[in-house]
Amino acid sequence: MESASRTQANEIDACRFTNQNPLEFMKVSARNSARPEFQIRPARPRAYPLCLSTVDQVMVEERAASFGKRSIKAEAKLAGLKMAVSMCDLTTLEGKDTPGKVGYLCRKALQPIAAKYKVPSCAAVCVYPNLVRSARKVLGEASPVKIAAVATGFPSGQYPLRTKLEEVRRAVGDGADEIDMVIDRGAFLAGDHAKVFDEIAATKEACGPAHLKVILETGELVSYDNVRLASEIAMQAGGDFIKTSTGKVSPAATMPVTLVMLEAIRDYFFATGIRVGMKPAGGIRTSKQALAYLVMVKETLGDDWLNPQLFRFGASTLVNDVLMQIVKNGEGNYQGADYFSLS
Amino acid sequence: MKIKAKALTAKVAGQRAVSAVSLPPVVPLRQRRLNFGGQWDFAPAPEDSKNYLIEPRQELFIGGKWVRPHSQRHFPSLNPATEETLTEIALADATDVDRAVKSARRAYANVWSKMSGRERGKYLYRIARLIQEKARELAVLETMDGGKPIKESRDVDLPLVAAHFFYHAGWADKLKYAFPGKSPRPLGVAGQIIPWNFPLLMAAWKIAPALACGNTVVLKPAETTSLTAMRLARIFQEAELPEGVVNIVTGAGETGAALARHPDIDKLAFTGSTEVGKRLAMAVAGTKKKFTLELGGKAANIVFEDAPIDQAIEGVIAGIYFNQGHVCCAGSRLLVQEAIYAKVVHKLRDRIQTLRVGNPLDKNTDIGAINSYAQLQKIRELVQSGVDEGAGLTQTRCALPAKGYWFPPTMLTEVTHAQRVATEEIFGPVLSVMTFRTPEEAWERANNTPYGLSAGVWTDKGSKIFKLVNKLRAGVVWANTYNKFDPASPFGGYKESGFGREGGLQGLAAYCQLD
Repeated sequence: MESASRTQANEIDACRFTNQNPLEFMKVSARNSARPEFQIRPARPRAYPLCLSTVDQVMVEERAASFGKRSIKAEAKLAGLKMAVSMCDLTTLEGKDTPGKVGYLCRKALQPIAAKYKVPSCAAVCVYPNLVRSARKVLGEASPVKIAAVATGFPSGQYPLRTKLEEVRRAVGDGADEIDMVIDRGAFLAGDHAKVFDEIAATKEACGPAHLKVILETGELVSYDNVRLASEIAMQAGGDFIKTSTGKVSPAATMPVTLVMLEAIRDYFFATGIRVGMKPAGGIRTSKQALAYLVMVKETLGDDWLNPQLFRFGASTLVNDVLMQIVKNGEGNYQGADYFSLS
Repeated sequence: MKIKAKALTAKVAGQRAVSAVSLPPVVPLRQRRLNFGGQWDFAPAPEDSKNYLIEPRQELFIGGKWVRPHSQRHFPSLNPATEETLTEIALADATDVDRAVKSARRAYANVWSKMSGRERGKYLYRIARLIQEKARELAVLETMDGGKPIKESRDVDLPLVAAHFFYHAGWADKLKYAFPGKSPRPLGVAGQIIPWNFPLLMAAWKIAPALACGNTVVLKPAETTSLTAMRLARIFQEAELPEGVVNIVTGAGETGAALARHPDIDKLAFTGSTEVGKRLAMAVAGTKKKFTLELGGKAANIVFEDAPIDQAIEGVIAGIYFNQGHVCCAGSRLLVQEAIYAKVVHKLRDRIQTLRVGNPLDKNTDIGAINSYAQLQKIRELVQSGVDEGAGLTQTRCALPAKGYWFPPTMLTEVTHAQRVATEEIFGPVLSVMTFRTPEEAWERANNTPYGLSAGVWTDKGSKIFKLVNKLRAGVVWANTYNKFDPASPFGGYKESGFGREGGLQGLAAYCQLD
């Protein structure tokens, strides 16, 4: 059923592409480069009166640090580590990515380590749009591992909406289950929040059945108040997940930024009844960090968010550190890096 | 242009007809609750306590030596989390107090008042460093003796204890710069009586400025929490502090009264309940003794509708549940602007469910044991009175250990000023929630109490903070934070919360003769 609609969408996209009047296309892009006039405002059952809270920097940083003080030991540690693996979006986003490299990544996501350690598969692989087909070929149609494609002019988002949407439709047509879009930070910082909203709403439309993760790139938004506002915009415009960073800008995910976003998700849930997911990405490299994030989710949003449907880690190196800890838990001592697979 | 925009919308709409946008499920209003269950429960993570030996009996510390009490009597000191006897504490009577004061007087006259400020500073620095070295041990003992979570004794109490000694060590040789144009001289012998909520920290608040200014000390710790003060005495010995500069006499109210009445002390400093403070004031009246009091409180934590609400919630939680609410400056009255009342109460209910009550030695414990059975009874009685008088009750659902003294984090809503829970100091993990409409009403309600130790203001608007700071009759006002302490910052109260300041320059002045 899912694959049928995917091919259908593909066909429609293809025919739209060929029927496109080149002149019209040029006009649209020229207009976009000045000030986008077109505003797609789809019916939004999710909209609710904007009620924004400000964020106090000192207290939010203090609170975020407090989660790291939880001491996670013994069986709780093992359960937490396995949960972290199951929430990982195993990521490769490089210019030198090839079908072969993506193949390695997919197989690692399916089975991160020898079966005897009973480690679940990762939640998804996260790749560039051009590699979605390769990933789908390796994973097959009914895979427990989802395919996430970054899109909309990742990582800068400084492209015309038209091409961004085309990119999204292509990726979905090629078999992406999830789209990780970037918001237009330029527009956000210039105060054009409506444009940010409209682009997200349009992207959500273009996603069709695919889930939409909205990357705020918090490292470029800088202030917590901005992060809170951008989260609100992303959720109201239809994002299924909000995500901190592309991984291409430093700082990427931090505990306080993630906490601000989790608090926005909480308020949105109370107001609308919709559970939006959270994905911190970039900068989470150690098991200890991952456990602190999980504690933060548990104590901010509760058990309902402690699953890969609503919480993900965007990471490439985290998994091996977590696996190292899991193996240590079974074997009693740490194994060298050579005992863990490259991805 | 407009036409084109329309065409594009049509296309998108057309596409939607083919592959419908996936709409997430909507949870009905009544079921919009967060679930803080046990899906991923933390395993116990107790701090190791076996490495620290506790002597079965603690004698008095007088003249740098361990002295058996004149009464030959000792009383048991319990671990409030297990109700087991930790050790036996010597019961000092008036004879012992007299011995201690005489020893302090000798040390003052012969050694300490003659010593240069720089030399005194060296001793204080040495003590501060030794406290840092033994911080883990002291934190564990503090937790076992008083019931406070190891997380707090390790991360708050002990760092502050060391900080107070370091801070005052720095002043010891700079006193004349602290008070320009004056020639500060020590007072003599200081009698100091401290409470059970922060045993070591209160000892540090009292001893460090007294020694820095050249006074000698007779300290009386609270009867339920004398253990760490005796361990501090060992640190004084290790630092080779001259004999008799600090003397520690243990016991209950009688011992304290004997110290307050002793004719040869020059200064009495007391931290504790307003009731005892009043009695001590009568004992001291008409004598030459200098006197400072730091008593109870019923602080208002004021949350405006423009506040950073999620952070304000954290501040309210930290304000009242820190140290099981055994804090004189605890934000026990929450004043919420009416417009955000429902939202704040909702969020507080959720947040309370994530507080972990239990073994204080567990590193994940947020709320430890109530310090004593008597205090537990007092808290129970007051909360019951609140419920009887019509307040709404919210408590954590977590299970409490079978042995020991426990009280779950509690929130009382629909509280009015006529109820006892709104006016009396509960000194437990109990928050009373009230509302206000305007800033004027906020400070009027906040000031409507015989106490005046501290207050909190939560708003995003700086001008509102400054306005309230000027209107609030409280010694400490925290803005967008709560329970922050620093040795450089003076602490003390208005009205029945006492007089005199501790910490900072004002705190030093209380231990100096300035004229």
